Amino acid sequence: MPLSLEQVSRIAELARIEISPAEALTLQGELNRIFTLIERMQEIDTGALAPMAHALDVRQPLREDEPSEPERREAFLEIAPETAGGLYLVPKVIE
Amino acid sequence: MIGASLPELSAALAARSISSVELTRLFLDRIAAVDPRLNAFITVDPEKSLAQASAADARIGCGEAGALTGIPVAHKDIFCTRGWRTTCGSRMLANFVSPYDAHVIERFNAAGCVILGKTNMDEFAMGSSSENSWFGPVHNPWDVSRVPGGSSGGSAAAVAARLAPAATGTDTGGSIRQPAALSGVTGLKPTYGAVSRYGMIAFASSLDQGGPIAKSAQECAWMMEVMAGHDPRDSTSLRQVRPDYRSELGRPIDGLRIGVPAEFFAQGLSADVAAAVEEAIAEFRRLGARTVEVHLPAMRLAIPVYYVLAPAEASSNLSRFDGVRYGYRTQRYRDLNEMYCRTRAEGFGAEVRRRILIGTYVLSHGYYDAYYLRAQKIRRLIRNEFDEAFTHCDVILGPTAPTVAFALGAKRTDPVQMYLNDLYTIPANLAGLPALSIPCGFGEAGLPVGAQLIGRHFDEPRLLGAAHRYQQATDWHTRMPAEPHPA
Repeated sequence: MPLSLEQVSRIAELARIEISPAEALTLQGELNRIFTLIERMQEIDTGALAPMAHALDVRQPLREDEPSEPERREAFLEIAPETAGGLYLVPKVIE
Repeated sequence: MIGASLPELSAALAARSISSVELTRLFLDRIAAVDPRLNAFITVDPEKSLAQASAADARIGCGEAGALTGIPVAHKDIFCTRGWRTTCGSRMLANFVSPYDAHVIERFNAAGCVILGKTNMDEFAMGSSSENSWFGPVHNPWDVSRVPGGSSGGSAAAVAARLAPAATGTDTGGSIRQPAALSGVTGLKPTYGAVSRYGMIAFASSLDQGGPIAKSAQECAWMMEVMAGHDPRDSTSLRQVRPDYRSELGRPIDGLRIGVPAEFFAQGLSADVAAAVEEAIAEFRRLGARTVEVHLPAMRLAIPVYYVLAPAEASSNLSRFDGVRYGYRTQRYRDLNEMYCRTRAEGFGAEVRRRILIGTYVLSHGYYDAYYLRAQKIRRLIRNEFDEAFTHCDVILGPTAPTVAFALGAKRTDPVQMYLNDLYTIPANLAGLPALSIPCGFGEAGLPVGAQLIGRHFDEPRLLGAAHRYQQATDWHTRMPAEPHPA
């Protein structure tokens, strides 16, 4: 079922990507062509198949809950767009 | 020297017939002369490279050299490299200097290799042509009006033009093998988990795998000896003792059972590629292998499955790019949400935005079962079919890509046409299998064709051994493009 313009705008909103009305229109066409390709998945019965998340069905390993990385606060703050007093700065959230 | 193999370079360095500084300078000079026509590199930093080279020379001087000490290697700009810019081909990371090294970079550094530069790529490894780069498209050294394939197109073009002895790449749906095929070089996508993903900027984590691009299978084996191995910082890194990747080089292939799936030679494969790959099959038979027909019927669903799973994982992985902790931040915003939305609209290119939207949709409430869950089930079916096929054969052989290199711009505006390039490469990613592309001749307009060998999990030594045997009997992998004209 083809995506409507409203759906395209809603998805972009969820993905936190600003799109103009003109871009929404272009994307609607492109995404619908891609979903026509994806819809081919519906042609077979997948009832008995177990979903596969990992190619080798490896289980998530566990480790002791101990810090393993050195503290490098300065190095990581240095590459941020905006910081002050050792913190990341973002636009005001609470009035 | 520019065409010498890694073992030859290693011997020359050990015999002191050349120093690492001289060798590094040789390749840096070639990059300066040739790369303006190819755009294979995003970052070159001669000062840093030469400092590493002189450290390598010192190491060689005091008898502490390993096999690859002093050899310059180019790295796909997806591997975080301390002190170097790591862009992932994106405006989002155009000025990002990583505070740490990827596991792969650590290993090459520990081996004493020289970082020759960071290679161009499709943004966030999304693409099959290396045109989706914020830093401009990569050109194919065999014909600069054509694409080199992607997403590791910069690495493939650099090796093809002998701007680097070898390079690293990553492969999520074919991004090592397809550019290797289109650029006439050899590329290996290892078993999922063989090479650590730590510090390799994530696209689709259940599929992403780093691997080598070089002139020959023998060189890929040498590269794997450095790259592969367990890393506790990647939870999907394989724990078992890794194989000796060079162990089957030079072994005969008598009796090797090569599975040839009819589905690899069906509609969509161009006649010139089919002819070259069939000739490769004939050569393998002359070398003692036998061929058996196998079937992979669910392969026709590999592209649809991939374009659900990979974008879904990408939409999650790329949510970290929010303009707060690192990377690009928009200049124009009134509040936090607008800052996020504009940062991501301006920082990501068109293909990355498209895939994030696909992924966001297929994971959204009410659509999860129809898309994501169904895709994961068909993924299992595809793997089951490989398991069944491997009860009849030892390796599977087919084309790597449906056509030779296409013209720059030819498929850029049609995402679906671009996606169809990965028809033969995606299945190995979905099943986590190792797969290798080797040059096997030339097709339309004298452009290189690649043949793909797919093996069982952990069977890289056999794949590399079979490919090496083929490369001892043929000389396709030694062919070099004519020097591109100056810009």
